Formats: sequence, structure tokens, C-alpha cells
Amino acid sequence: MRAFVTVPLVLPPVVGGVALLLVLGRRGLIGQHLYQWFGISLPFTTAGVVVAEAFVAMPFLVISVEGALRAADPRYEEAAATLGAGRWMTFRRVTLPSIVPGIVAGTVLCWARALGEFGATITFAGNFPGRTTTMPLAVYLALETDPDVAVVLSLVLLFVSVVVLASLRDRWISGMR
Amino acid sequence: MTLYADLRVSRGAFDLSLDLTVEPGEVVALLGPNGAGKTTALRAIAGLLPLDDGRIALDAAVWDEPPRTFRTPDRRPIGVVFQDYLLFSHLSCLENVAFGLRARGVDKQIARTEAERWLKTVGLSSYARSRPRSLSGGQAQRVALARALATDPELLLLDEPLAALDAGTTLHVRAELGQHLRRFEGRTLLVTHDPLDAMVLADRLVIIENGQVVQEGKPTEVARRPRTDYVAQLVGLNLYQGAATGTTVGLGKGGTITLAEPATGPVHVAFPPTAISLYLQPPTGSPRNTWPAVVTGIEQHAHTVRVRLDASPTGPATLLADITPAAVADLRLTPGQRLHATLKATEVHTYPN
Repeated sequence: MRAFVTVPLVLPPVVGGVALLLVLGRRGLIGQHLYQWFGISLPFTTAGVVVAEAFVAMPFLVISVEGALRAADPRYEEAAATLGAGRWMTFRRVTLPSIVPGIVAGTVLCWARALGEFGATITFAGNFPGRTTTMPLAVYLALETDPDVAVVLSLVLLFVSVVVLASLRDRWISGMR
Repeated sequence: MTLYADLRVSRGAFDLSLDLTVEPGEVVALLGPNGAGKTTALRAIAGLLPLDDGRIALDAAVWDEPPRTFRTPDRRPIGVVFQDYLLFSHLSCLENVAFGLRARGVDKQIARTEAERWLKTVGLSSYARSRPRSLSGGQAQRVALARALATDPELLLLDEPLAALDAGTTLHVRAELGQHLRRFEGRTLLVTHDPLDAMVLADRLVIIENGQVVQEGKPTEVARRPRTDYVAQLVGLNLYQGAATGTTVGLGKGGTITLAEPATGPVHVAFPPTAISLYLQPPTGSPRNTWPAVVTGIEQHAHTVRVRLDASPTGPATLLADITPAAVADLRLTPGQRLHATLKATEVHTYPN
């Protein structure tokens, strides 16, 4: 399970995109059934962008939350149990609050990774303006036609990334430990 | 409604085998050295550790009876104060105290009112909105106690409630804890390795070593008549076992002790270290117990000096004597020194084995 989750982390994103096409494409392993039974086709759609970016970025969230869960002290859950809290209440009122920093850090990291995603997105979802063009794709396109626009877009991305890192610094450090 | 616990738990080479009863209003202290199985027993009763064999029941209600019955902790009417309190750091003190009531389905407003009342009882009303990490050790312990008592448990379990405090506050917190325990109408089981905590707080002591009960009784009884070396050490007495004939006790490990009152059969012999006097020359006159002895160790205590002696073969092989620093100077005590130890027979306490 852990290996399965971390594969997208080490896989080159373009390869990830190819893998997604093979599995979810219109003739893919799962994709052909999706198309036949429900008429759903993911590749080269906005939903396809979401799938591709989630595939690449999700490991950041999973690993971060898993680390927080491992670091959580199980004795607090025992204390909650002796106070009469069942499993669900213990999870909701004790476990979950204690891993919030991990969840926040993981979410932001995951989001930041998705923001910059290029390879898997262009492979799986293509580059249709208004439907599947993401910021990095737009930068790449603009670079060929209008370099000034590319620079502006890049600066916007850079600015967002720096703001995210700066606001996250404390939480990230405490959450990952 | 009495709590009966017949605990049998095996963990590797360690076996816990313990019979306990706790009556309503009674405070029972489980006292023993580290690794004796005290915390294991507490966890089993709390339901955090299932029994391998035995039975835990509060009158007719069975909590644990392998292999059929096991009630999880949240379904036992208990309150636990853990060693490092385990207050939820993301909740305020008030929410911590109200947690148990909320978990048991009490309405939010009622739970808050009740929690406020408990915080007032432990004298921490003004800390209701504070986070636990801003509290001192003693305050955190009181919040933990309030949290455990707020659900009105049938059984209160305390795991080393004073061990995490610094020495200066222990005295005060212990006295206060004693007051709350006396007011509590349910049963209390206190786990501790500190004999003072046990003597002050408990109505009855259960002393365990290596997972077995070695002695049980009222604190005064245990303090006067220890039955094992561990207990004797706790209460600061010299303790020996031997066979009495008339006024003479032949010790199991060699040597004899003369008594003031005759006794027969196997006995325990106990006397305080202050009953021993030390001389350079063999004393003349009345003392009936005089043994040549060798100094094996010297420790400074608060106002006395504790001297460890070997009085074999005529007396006990290990003998503790408390003498004044002035006497140490007079005798010029050094380890290995030979001198004479006398014991006042009137201070010797004997009781059947």
C-alpha cells in the first residue's frame, strides 16, 4: 500500500500521464468500461486535469498525514476511551485535532505540487485553452508566442509559491516531525 | 457494591496474578517496586489491556471474563488519572473536564455547568479558558482529577498521581488529593511506588512484587509488621526471619537475637535502626544483644548517619544502624572498621511468620 502510494512520487510525471492513459483512456483497462457503461471519458477533459494532478500530488498529502498519525501519542486515545468516548468520538475530538498540522501541511504541499504539475497533465489531459490549460502549460505556450506574458505568468506562480512556503514554514516544520 | 478483580495477565516471562477487592468509599493503594506489575494491573482494570484469565466485576456487572466477556474502557464506569495526566492540549481546561460528560451523551450546556462546578471544587475556576500547557504540574493534576471525577465514576484509578510533580509541590498536592479522595464516595485504586503516598492516601495497602501480592493490610499494620525485605526497606526497619525458642531467635541466615518477651515457632523480627548502638570496646552491663560487627557502608541522611554493618556470625549479616554525626566522629567510622553493636531487646518487635 505504501509503495503504491509513493510510486507517483518517484515516477516521472510524463510516465504517470502515460500510465493514466493506459488505465483510464478510452481504450484503457478501466477507461473502456467507464466509457461503455457510463459514457464517461476522462482524457483531455477538465476532470482529466484533476485526476492527473491528484495522481501526482496525492502522495504528499498521504505521507504527511501518515507521519502525523504515527507521531500521535496513542495514550491520549486511551485517555479518551476511559472518559467514555467511543471510536468515532475519539477520532473526531482527539485524534483528528492532534494531526491537524500534518493535514494542513500535507494539503498545502499537495496543492503546491499540483499547481506546478506539467508532465502528467499535458500527457493525460492535453492542452485545450479554457478546458485543460493549466498555468504551467500556459507559460510554456506563451513562451513560444509571447515571452513577456510567460514572464508575468511565471512571476505570479513564483509569488504564490513563496507566499505558501512562508505561511507554512512553522506548521510544516512542526507537522513533519 | 464491591469491585472484585482477579487479574491474570502474562507478558512474556512476566506473570501478573493478583486478587483485589475495593469497597465503596475505600482507597486501596497498590504499592510495589518498578516492574512489579502495578501499571499492568491498572490498565487491565481500566480495560486498556484484556485479561488472559480471571475476572473483573463490579458486583453483578462483569467487565472482563475471558474468553466470553470484555467491556471496552468507554463502557466501564471508571475515571482514570494518568501519570502525566494526558490532558487534551487542543481543548481548554473546561472542555477537558466536560469531555467525559459529553462523551456519555450529556447535553452541552449541562456538561459545561457541571465542568465549571468541578473546576471550582479543585480551585481552578479562573483557569477554565486556559489551555492545559499553561498550567503548573499541580494544577494539571487537579484538572485531570476533576476530569476523571466529573463523570461520577464507580471506580477511580490513579496511576502514580504525584510522580510527575517536583518535590516542593508534592506535599501540598498530596494533602489536597487526600481531601478529594476522602470526599469521593466510589472506590479508589491508587498505584504508586512511593510508600509515603500510599501511607497518607490509602485505607489499605496491597504490596506486590513480581506480579504477586506479598503483603496486604492497613498502613499502620504494614508499617509496624513488614513481611518482606522490600516492605521493611520501604518503612525503614531491620527485618529478619527465624525460629524462636523462649527468648532466643535463631536467624535463618545464622546468628541469634535475644528478645525481651518469649516467643515460639517461626517469627519475623523487626526493629528500627535507631535501636542499635555502636561501641569501640565491648560494652559492659545489661544489653543482651551484643555482636562484633564490621562496617560495610556509611550514608548521610537528614539528621542521622545510617551505618550498614555485617554482624555475622553471631548476629545478622546485614544490619542497619542510625547514629548521630557526633557518634560518627567519636567512633571515627570508616568502612571495614571492626566494632561492637548492641541492640536494646525492648525495641525488638516479633510477630508470627
